[in-house]
Amino acid sequence: MPWPFEREYMQIALVAGLVIGACAPLIGTFLVQKRMSLMGDGIGHLAFAGVAAGLLAEVWPIWTALVAAVGGAILIEWLRAHGRTSGDLALALAFYGGIALAVVLVNMSDEGTGAMLPWLFGSIITVTWADVRVIVVLGALIVTTLVVTGRALFAIVLDEESARVAGLPVDTLNTVLAALTAVTIVAAMRIVGVLLVAALMVVPVATSRLLARSFRDTLLGASLVGMVAVVVGLAAAREWDLAPGGAIVLTALAVFIVTATTAGVARRVGAGPVLPG
Amino acid sequence: MDVIEDAVIEAHGVSFAYDTTPVLDDVSFAIGSGEFAALVGPNGSGKSTLLRLLLGLERPARGSVRLLGDDPRNLRDRWRIGYVPQRLHLPPDLPATVEEVVRAGRLARRGWWRPPNSADRDAVDHALGAVALTDHRDRRMRELSGGQQQRVLIAKALVGEPEVILLDEPIAGVDAQSQQLFRESLVHLVEHDAVTVLLVSHELGAVADVLDRVIVLKQRVLFDGPAPDLIAQGVSLGVHADDLPMWLEGLR
Repeated sequence: MPWPFEREYMQIALVAGLVIGACAPLIGTFLVQKRMSLMGDGIGHLAFAGVAAGLLAEVWPIWTALVAAVGGAILIEWLRAHGRTSGDLALALAFYGGIALAVVLVNMSDEGTGAMLPWLFGSIITVTWADVRVIVVLGALIVTTLVVTGRALFAIVLDEESARVAGLPVDTLNTVLAALTAVTIVAAMRIVGVLLVAALMVVPVATSRLLARSFRDTLLGASLVGMVAVVVGLAAAREWDLAPGGAIVLTALAVFIVTATTAGVARRVGAGPVLPG
Repeated sequence: MDVIEDAVIEAHGVSFAYDTTPVLDDVSFAIGSGEFAALVGPNGSGKSTLLRLLLGLERPARGSVRLLGDDPRNLRDRWRIGYVPQRLHLPPDLPATVEEVVRAGRLARRGWWRPPNSADRDAVDHALGAVALTDHRDRRMRELSGGQQQRVLIAKALVGEPEVILLDEPIAGVDAQSQQLFRESLVHLVEHDAVTVLLVSHELGAVADVLDRVIVLKQRVLFDGPAPDLIAQGVSLGVHADDLPMWLEGLR
């Protein structure tokens, strides 16, 4: 492959990154519309605790992170749906509980805190083809589930009460969305890191919402922006020796700023001059 | 309460309270198949709570409600119910087209996991035509006026071809042209499709003269009968009359 993907570790990062760049904004579109943009962060911290548990138990951390993230996501959704706490309080509990548990567990392991850094910030050099296979399977699971549930999730986003009247399994579908969020985070954390994975779910959606006319176009546009951010971010990281996770998210933010500015100028030009009075 | 053989919407001795605050007290009425009825009452009269009970979103503390002959919480074919929520329930920044919103109303009819087929697409075309929004199908929801958005929600309820439609404050804040189109849509449903309609509102505006029944609620049912009988009590339900809302507020 041509520069900057001529090295094998860059090819591994590209394949994994494209799957994540495509899938994370798909889930993020529903979360943003449900006013749950921080869901990814809350679940990410639980996944972090799962990684620490894996290092302590000497189990592949992806599996323990998947169990912790999916279990935590279902618990957060249950707390929110049953009115035990507000949505943001449930997320805060996950946030602090996850990080505290991770700190305790990692100090008990022989690996030490240094072993957590690749998971916190992402590390494309340590990603293997075995990791890529898991990421591709998780990506296929996310897309297949959304193909089946996407129309019903849109109806819930539109009006949850009407969806209940129509007999849609609203609680089950909300739990499926929470679980898919957890799967996405686990799939993405090797590339962009736990601390930035939620940004890849939200920032491309913010860009797509500025331009898309329909919900379908918002989904596809966000996915496209996510993939572009991955390719450009990885290239920038290679060229200037940057942290890939940060470079990918900063690229996504730059695309948002350029789009928002251009769209704002276009709107003002389209509206014509503002007349006094 | 008179016994109605083919009752579609029924409340039998319904009472309900939020914590210790009573909202409904021994409410009973029945609306027959193909009737066009309005449930009116001042703010805080319990009409929105009664609507939630009829839709199966809440459970009565005492008494029972039935919708299409069944407990609404157990009704299996949910497409038989059309529900038009208040326009304010719509997310204001939703990036969705008119057609996408209307199509979402078809999920209960075909099964939410199935992709749409040609019958679904025909039903969407028909529903958009019924509310005169065919030319607006590709427009974003946030580009529409309040009245047009309300008509989109009515089309979303119609697209499942329901047997009963319950509407929550559909006329509030809607312009005169949309009120007229709204009236024509509902009259067409009742007269041609024999759909039973219950309109929950604190104003009757454009539909006042085509109603079969008016039920006035203030915790209890204060009046239940034909619109002319209410008019005979000195209350005007005319198209441009504002004395129904004033009269209702006087009931506080």
